[in-house]
Amino acid sequence: MMLSWHDHLMIVPIVLPMVVGGLMLLLGEGRATLKAGVNVLATLALLAVAIALLRQADGGQVQVAVYLPANWPAPFGIALALDRLSALMLVLTATMALCSLLYSLARWHRAGVHFHPLFQLQLMGLNGAFLTADLFNLFVFFEILLAASYGLLLHGSGPQRVKTGLHYIAVNLAGSSLFLIGVALIYGITGSLNMADVAVRIGQVAGSDRMLMEAGAAILGVAFLIKAGAWPLNFWLPPSYAAASPPAAALFSIMTKVGVYIILRLSLLLFGADAGASSGLVQPWVLYIGLATLTFGTLGMLASQNTGRLAGFAVIISSGTLLSAIGFGRDSVTAAALFYLVSSTLALGAFFLLQELMERSRTFGADLLAVTLEAFGLDRSVDPEEDMNTTDVGVAIPAAMAFLGLAFIACALVLSGLPPLSGFVAKFALLTTILNPEGLTPEIGNPEPVLAWVLLALLIVSGLTTVVSLTRIGIRAFWVPSGRMPPRLRVIEVFPIAAMLVLGIVLMVQAQPAMRYFNDAARALHHPAEYVRGIMSARQVDHRGDVTP
Amino acid sequence: MELIIAIAIGVLGGSGIWLLLRPRTFQVIMGISLLSYAVNLFIFSMGRLSVDQIPILRASRASEIAEYADPLPQALVLTAIVIGFAMTALFLVVLLASRGLSGTDHVDGREGE
Repeated sequence: MMLSWHDHLMIVPIVLPMVVGGLMLLLGEGRATLKAGVNVLATLALLAVAIALLRQADGGQVQVAVYLPANWPAPFGIALALDRLSALMLVLTATMALCSLLYSLARWHRAGVHFHPLFQLQLMGLNGAFLTADLFNLFVFFEILLAASYGLLLHGSGPQRVKTGLHYIAVNLAGSSLFLIGVALIYGITGSLNMADVAVRIGQVAGSDRMLMEAGAAILGVAFLIKAGAWPLNFWLPPSYAAASPPAAALFSIMTKVGVYIILRLSLLLFGADAGASSGLVQPWVLYIGLATLTFGTLGMLASQNTGRLAGFAVIISSGTLLSAIGFGRDSVTAAALFYLVSSTLALGAFFLLQELMERSRTFGADLLAVTLEAFGLDRSVDPEEDMNTTDVGVAIPAAMAFLGLAFIACALVLSGLPPLSGFVAKFALLTTILNPEGLTPEIGNPEPVLAWVLLALLIVSGLTTVVSLTRIGIRAFWVPSGRMPPRLRVIEVFPIAAMLVLGIVLMVQAQPAMRYFNDAARALHHPAEYVRGIMSARQVDHRGDVTP
Repeated sequence: MELIIAIAIGVLGGSGIWLLLRPRTFQVIMGISLLSYAVNLFIFSMGRLSVDQIPILRASRASEIAEYADPLPQALVLTAIVIGFAMTALFLVVLLASRGLSGTDHVDGREGE
């Protein structure tokens, strides 16, 4: 059997950004227009590939498609694995990337050097982390995405970004050390780094080694919780997300979801029903930490005075909700959590972009940007064609305020989970599945019903405080008569925000097929035997390109 | 040998964490470096400590797999060293930028009380 072209499609989300990012580095520091064009084309191609992979993951007979990059059989070489969850994350990443990229083209991509290469490398790291089935390879992809994110966070420079960037890098370097210690302990006990192989061996670990193995997993978990922005490891998050340039922050809103994704995958794969004595070790902890994170995010949201910080706390609330839902360890709750993940990530991305437009007419923000642009010599346009563009752009869209207001209301509705948008469907699904466990599969690490009610109360209270805080911000931005001019918007800034919000509406209208997909994904996660078998039985390809039987 | 390695990892890791928590950026970067040395030694020791084992496969002595040292932790350490080195360099750049912009080497960009 020959390998056809779509068998190689799985490596494209990693190779394409790497090649494009590398080539753009060769172009040097100038030629922003060319790089922007290449970047948009590459991201569009990435989105197309991700959608193709999603269809492949959903339509195929096998639960998991495996690709062996170095052609070593499964437990020895690195394996990439694609199931419904990875495919979903790939599509979400590409969508968020395309929207933030288009937004940045209005002016942010010129606020510093190497924005476009860093952007592609960030995508490479994200996609790799979603696809890999090897613990150490996961570390490498984490470092790639973090290294690129350091650059993107500092994009535009300025004292505030450098200060928060310093904190962000220090926290993440310490987190990477923990990651390595955890991986090394797991390797030392189980003798494998392949996730599927580790999952098989964990059930056979002898009693005396079990404690060490569990300690390793816990240390690894702490590293992921730092990335997911879980309390008490998230004090770096609101300042750095508020300081980052809006397109970078919008892309970062999917970065916390990488931590959540890994916790979801590994907690069910390694400590699922087949893990023997360690089964269900992770869920209670994730639940408690999730509840604490949700509380912290809720309080922080009430306390924050500026829109950027508020958006940061909205990210924390989203992480907290997801972690506590994962902590329930039931496939119906996980499916609802996946719906919430998609809906809240889209809304958060849109909100990070929107908040800049809302603040635009404030003088100090404009001054800051003018200074930054001046520092890079961008106050004068280089190319006559662009000069024409900028004069075109100066014309204010008459409906600017109307658009901003409507988009803000849509964001607020989704983030707080009020009807009629997708946030409501997501929260409704979460609450229903938490309170109605009947008729479902046997539960792992069943939390007490009290905790279900605590989560219910926290979810509703966090929704209420989100409404309160966003209303306060909205009144200040839209209703306070300050005699300001309506902000000037460019179509390329309006389009990505509208696209993300429309996608949220599509998700709501198409909730039934979407939930069917999320249910399938969650069921596969909770029954990892298929995933393990898929990876362990992956077949090598001989040098003629045929698959060995 | 186990004791010496354990003490070395402990001392490096302990000093690393202490320095990491100090308020000066230079102390923080030294702390991160020491911590990464401790982690590298730790990964290495996870391949089991042994003396006089063969590091590279030899056709003449290919009798027992138990006679060979575990090559995987060595590969992991190599990767971790390279990545750690790059990250330290990157942190150094940000540290200098922070010093230049704020005029102080305090991690918060201003002197504490």
